[in-house]
Amino acid sequence: MAPLRLVTRDDRGVQLPGESSLPTFDTEEQLRALLRGLAGVDAVGAEARAAKLATRSLKKSTKLAALDLAVRMVDLTTLEGADTLGRVTSLCAKAMRPDALDPEVPSVAAVCVYPDLVAHARRVLGESPVKVAAVATAFPSGRASLAVKLLDVSEALEGGADEIDMVIDRGAFLAGRFGQVLDEVVAVKEVCGATHLKVILEVGELRTFDNVRRASWIAMLGGADFIKTSTGKVGVSASLPTALVMLEAVRDFAESTGHVVGVKVAGGIRSAKDALRYLVVVNETAGSSWLTPERFRFGASSLLNDLVMQRQKQRRGVYVRPDEFSGD
Amino acid sequence: MGDLSDSRLGAMAYDPAPESRAVVAFQDAYGLFIDGAFTNPSSHESFVTTNPATEEVLAHVALASIADVDTAVLAARRAYETTWSKVSGAQRSKYLFRIARLIQERSREFAVAETLDNGKPIRESRDIDVPLAAAHFFYYAGWADKLEFAGFGANPHPLGVAGQIIPWNFPLLMAAWKLAPALAAGNTCVLKPAETTPLTALLLAEVLQQAELPPGVVNIITGDGTTGSALVDHPGVDKIAFTGSTDVGRLIQQRVALSRKHLTLELGGKGANIVFDDAPIDEMIEGIIDGIFFNQGHVCCAGSRLLVQESVADDVLRRLVRRVDQLRVGDPMDKNTDVGAINSAAQLEKITELTAYGEREGATRYTSTCVLPDRGYWFAPTIFADVAQSHRIAREEIFGPVLSVLTFRTPEEAVAKANNTTYGLACGVWSEKGSRTLWVAQRLRAGVIWANTYNRFDPASPFGGVRESGFGREGGRHGLEAYLDVT
Repeated sequence: MAPLRLVTRDDRGVQLPGESSLPTFDTEEQLRALLRGLAGVDAVGAEARAAKLATRSLKKSTKLAALDLAVRMVDLTTLEGADTLGRVTSLCAKAMRPDALDPEVPSVAAVCVYPDLVAHARRVLGESPVKVAAVATAFPSGRASLAVKLLDVSEALEGGADEIDMVIDRGAFLAGRFGQVLDEVVAVKEVCGATHLKVILEVGELRTFDNVRRASWIAMLGGADFIKTSTGKVGVSASLPTALVMLEAVRDFAESTGHVVGVKVAGGIRSAKDALRYLVVVNETAGSSWLTPERFRFGASSLLNDLVMQRQKQRRGVYVRPDEFSGD
Repeated sequence: MGDLSDSRLGAMAYDPAPESRAVVAFQDAYGLFIDGAFTNPSSHESFVTTNPATEEVLAHVALASIADVDTAVLAARRAYETTWSKVSGAQRSKYLFRIARLIQERSREFAVAETLDNGKPIRESRDIDVPLAAAHFFYYAGWADKLEFAGFGANPHPLGVAGQIIPWNFPLLMAAWKLAPALAAGNTCVLKPAETTPLTALLLAEVLQQAELPPGVVNIITGDGTTGSALVDHPGVDKIAFTGSTDVGRLIQQRVALSRKHLTLELGGKGANIVFDDAPIDEMIEGIIDGIFFNQGHVCCAGSRLLVQESVADDVLRRLVRRVDQLRVGDPMDKNTDVGAINSAAQLEKITELTAYGEREGATRYTSTCVLPDRGYWFAPTIFADVAQSHRIAREEIFGPVLSVLTFRTPEEAVAKANNTTYGLACGVWSEKGSRTLWVAQRLRAGVIWANTYNRFDPASPFGGVRESGFGREGGRHGLEAYLDVT
């Protein structure tokens, strides 16, 4: 029998060609041509694939490891008009020590607040590894001039933000002014410098998976470090199929440009079970390089409590009363 | 970026998540289900059915002799004449609804039994086989009292006694495909399950008892080829419905040729998935994978040939090979398993033989690096690239987890290659351009064409082949025609 050509290591995973510069465009038409060249997304197929992955069953040590990883990926968020210094203080405490019963529980990735509360959050978090993320650029609607958006970003940076969550101009995107969307991302990234930039697509307003894929590419071409699903402020937020499409985008982008971009899912993710489903989709779509807080995040508030509760259940074999966990 | 340079897909290992075996209790030995009761075969002969994933014996099953087949057919005839042809359509409908609900109630038990006896992953038996089987009974329950509106005349009559022979790849689902329309149309049945997978049909017999279906309306006789042959030859049978290999189908057609028996055949296939350069690539990859590795490729309509436009062939192949290595092969009872065990040693031998030919004929072989269990019958998912039309692996039905990849340059060439087979069961077309999809679909010689999807089944949709893939339709309104006297 002839020797088998087994699947080689090279064939197995996502291959990254190594650091290279991002493509640039002289005209909007060139950008448009690139976007048109992206393969379409078949909505029925994408939803079926996500539904199939959602049937994966994580048990025992896998479940425990995944719960810990999910905790480390949380951007603990408060984005209310009613936010106060006190509210941010307690959120930061929760971020540093999510489970009062168990100091072994890792801290979350970041707290996510409005720009005016960044300095306070930074002070409370002190030397802890928890980062401060700020939503900027006239969050959540993005309806302001570029100058105002950039000022918003600068103020957040001055307050000590480690990460900026910007929104794209959905109006410009839906009107087909892709160049404007790209230029804004580039401009914000310039102000950010080395500070991590997450670009919010607001998938609930883009509606179609084809739009999500194109907006993902625009954000990544503009220099995004993360692409993020939603603000959490419109009816439709993150969903498993949307995350799937965005993970395919970062995987393909990494393979064709060498730039590894992360994904943040936000809005409506409340249960540990949902979080684990997202991790399965990450695992089987983009792979191991994205199974880290550096490359995948959950923007959430109540999710954290369910994660620590399920973690206790997994360790003790019984559920602990919800009142044993802090309500923040 | 060192640690990021090789992002292993599916690197996070999943701990075993086995479904409980305890939900199903097989008897040590099963008799023949004739006239509403389990009876011993006249010869007292039996055979064993095993779990192909472990080679463990699951149960002893009666071997029906020619005399037993005769008893079963006579019971079906008696039931047809005394009860089933006399009850109203609404009554038949009631029984079918009951059967459907009982399958749903016992779905977990059916799923586990199917996986143990067949080797298919529990995810598939749980999410596809069993729900679809129930759906078929529900669907045809709705037709039973509306036959005069089905388009087959004002007062369509049943044929009488139907002899039904089903394969081992979807044991329960094929039983449902056969029984539901036959009963809805007013026929009585003698069903012969496949030799290697009789257990879910026998569980279904228990369900029929629970549903209080009148004795003799459905008889289930287990056995081997001689049993099936006796059923085909029995003069008391009015209709033969067979699903299985083309070779056996051809024999059956010869045998019934000079009789008054009606015949429908659902036979083999060599389905082509045609991929154009504008296909939705991620969903297409999943569709190709599902098209050939679903149920270990033991699917008559499997997309076992991939015809890919040459301009995107390298990218498609690279993504396919990466995806194949990600398939989780192993214990079918594990809820995370994607590909289970090959159904029998004989089938494994056939797959092994044909794939060896593929290499000898010069195709490039990519085989998953998955670790196969020590016991049981296993075959690692395999893709052959650089396949030519003349290769055996491009022409013969392998009926296993093996994909043959060919290329084309123009839509005309794609159609010509897709049609260059003696079979004609199913094809898939992948393109974002609707006009092209329709242009291609109109020219393909196949009973089923899927667009931007594959292996989708629904009781309302007719299924069946042309040419050496057989004739007659199962499912939908068309499926009734096979069990009604429409001449």
